[in-house]
Amino acid sequence: MSDAPAIELRGISKAFGPVQANRDISLSVARGTIHGIVGENGAGKSTLMSILYGFYKADRGEIWINGAPTQIPDSQAAIRAGIGMVHQHFKLVENFTVLENVILGAEDGAMLRPSLAKARKLLGDLSEEYGLKVDPDAVIEDLSVGHQQRVEILKQLYRHADILILDEPTGVLTPAEADQLFRILERLRAEGKTIILITHKLREIMEITDTVSVMRRGEMTNTVKTAETSPAELAEMMVGRKVLLQVDKTQAQPGEVVLKVENLRVLRGGVERLKGVSFEIRRGEILGIAGVAGNGQTELLEVLGGMITAQGGTVQLFGAPLDITGRMANGQTRRAMGIGHVPEDRQTEGLIMPFEAWENVAFGYHADPKFRAGALMDNAAIKADCADKMARYDVRPPNPRLPARNFSGGNQQKIVVAREMDRAPDLLLVGQPTRGVDIGAIEFIHKQIIALRDQGKAILLVSVELDEIMGLSDRIAVMFDGQIMGERLPQDTDQNALGLLMAGVTEGAA
Amino acid sequence: MDFLTILQILDSTVRLATPLLLACLAGLWSERAGIFDIGLEGKMLIAAFFAAAIAYTSGSVWVGLFAGIAASMVLAVLHGLASITFRGNQLISGVAINFLAAGLAVVIAQTWFAQGGRTPQLPSEARFANIELPGAATRIRDIAQQGPLGQIYSELISGHSILVYLALACVPLTWWVLYRTRFGLRLRAVGENPAAVDTAGISVMGLRFAAVMIAGVLCGIAGAYLSTALSSGFVKDMSAGRGFIALAALIFAKWRPWYALSACLLFGFFDAVGNRYQNIQLGDFIVPVQFMQALPYILVVIVLAGLVGKAIPPRAGGEPYVKER
Repeated sequence: MSDAPAIELRGISKAFGPVQANRDISLSVARGTIHGIVGENGAGKSTLMSILYGFYKADRGEIWINGAPTQIPDSQAAIRAGIGMVHQHFKLVENFTVLENVILGAEDGAMLRPSLAKARKLLGDLSEEYGLKVDPDAVIEDLSVGHQQRVEILKQLYRHADILILDEPTGVLTPAEADQLFRILERLRAEGKTIILITHKLREIMEITDTVSVMRRGEMTNTVKTAETSPAELAEMMVGRKVLLQVDKTQAQPGEVVLKVENLRVLRGGVERLKGVSFEIRRGEILGIAGVAGNGQTELLEVLGGMITAQGGTVQLFGAPLDITGRMANGQTRRAMGIGHVPEDRQTEGLIMPFEAWENVAFGYHADPKFRAGALMDNAAIKADCADKMARYDVRPPNPRLPARNFSGGNQQKIVVAREMDRAPDLLLVGQPTRGVDIGAIEFIHKQIIALRDQGKAILLVSVELDEIMGLSDRIAVMFDGQIMGERLPQDTDQNALGLLMAGVTEGAA
Repeated sequence: MDFLTILQILDSTVRLATPLLLACLAGLWSERAGIFDIGLEGKMLIAAFFAAAIAYTSGSVWVGLFAGIAASMVLAVLHGLASITFRGNQLISGVAINFLAAGLAVVIAQTWFAQGGRTPQLPSEARFANIELPGAATRIRDIAQQGPLGQIYSELISGHSILVYLALACVPLTWWVLYRTRFGLRLRAVGENPAAVDTAGISVMGLRFAAVMIAGVLCGIAGAYLSTALSSGFVKDMSAGRGFIALAALIFAKWRPWYALSACLLFGFFDAVGNRYQNIQLGDFIVPVQFMQALPYILVVIVLAGLVGKAIPPRAGGEPYVKER
């Protein structure tokens, strides 16, 4: 049966309560190929793979491995069937050595020594064979993320996995590490291994896969040969309509000055993070702050958002001074003044992950009269408001009772965006609005930002994605080492010129 | 202070360190698997009571020992159910066990023996006798005649109950199992990152229960030692916070078996010094007996206040494991 597909899924369905995560999915992956699965966050990719790896049990459907029907009730069964999974968040014991992590659960006997000796030898062979160089005695937490991922792959190979599932493997890697990973995957394919690659980065799909399947809202909509498709077509299949990879907007109509920042200085941990920053933003205008992460953008957002205090400088909102040092410098007061803030890190600053969506939607605005019933909170009103926002901001699943952590990254971000933007604040602070967000949601969030601008609001956009800065901003300021190196108009500059500024090189000096 | 006095203090150090060591190792097993156990105290106490009570009624110290272990294991199962199966808060479960044991032991003691919540004085066959190793002198007068090595052998090494030697043997045994066997590797892994263990296809619950049960056995021995070896009978609150001192020793030891031995010996030493020197005269000032007796507890506070440097507990400690993708 050597020509039987390595994996064949037939009619897999899985529901979590009312949410149909997978609906009648059939998939066939030929041996010795790399098969990509793309889809927006929440499309059901991870659920499907978890079923294949025995983490969840499908409600209906069959799994065939190498032409034989196979029951996979738990991970142990998946391992026996030759399936290995490299999770997005590595399942490694951080203070164990590479060797210990590799043998964990696949030891040869009750004593460790012989197992370790055998594993050391086998690991050497595997490293050699697949170009996966790792020091077997290194402790995991001392390794780079890329090397930790190699350990995960070695772990699967040590368990004789013929089918490797990689869930968003490049999300945490630098571009160079991602390239190395792809070389390794190519080698694994050449050795006859079958690889399933889950990603939402279309570039990677085009680069490495042989075939690709698209998932949307729990269904597998298409399976095509990679060579016969294009990123635009895939994007369209993922989202179910044409996607504008470029943002569409009209010329800005700047009005009066909303925010005027002068000579702002912030110390943190004894280091001066903002060294006299000055700029202004007008109504109907998006000011983009470009820069390599860690050059003061975070502090700028936090001081304007009222999360930290400044050590010097002035900030004016509509000409009136804003307290940036005293008791009134807090998020509550800022919100009351009409400043919305989509923080850079939605998981720690934007949401309380174990709290339900409706609670998260009320944060910061819980004192609003329409959310109150006397001294108490009007929970029914908050839930209704949340359901309404979820519908308008396309949050999926639209269930106000679901804890924030159970939403995908893009949908979590939409919850934050809905909360902060729905009141049409005069000034919106946005940090990394689309970090870890899939393309459908990126397009949606970008449109919301432009729409707010067109309502005559001022927007401060901080992003490390140059594409995003170039696409959205009406003016671009580049930060380097706590200072603004210069301002450019997007139509008058390009990524190279901005890149130089981001590295601290000004024309005068160059 | 002569050599023999020092030996006598060290001898009593070993005696007093034994219950700490057993409890500390119990905590080590449990916490290495990611289950915090502040119920060591309660498990010890209930074991102390049942060991004494059953040893008294049966007339056999061994039957008493097993009764004590069984009682401790019942509480361990309770802790396991609450914190592993039902993913409850491990600290609260531990506190509940402490209260339960403290109340239950006294109430049952009163019902059975009607002596004000204590067991009757145990006759010698219901106690663990001290084992005199071959060739050891037993009487102080004879020991005083010996050379230093003979004195060390007779006074310090010989003449403890079997449980003391058992406790000491548990140290290398624990180390060996944890670091040299498959079970130990998995157990340590489950305390650090249960998700890694789960994805490797091993039962997180099974491992954690095993660890909690081992802790139950060790606490049982510790409790039995208190009432049938260190003293002769159970009295109210006789564990006297040893379960908590054992936890402090565990932190001091950074969750390692050999360090645990040293830490427990240190705490035992302070205990012994406090017992021996009730009043110390420093010039005109007399250090009160209360201060000397409080020494081990003061040490606990100092240790916990961070004198020991950075102690990193097992990373998944205290967290119930919930399966996630």
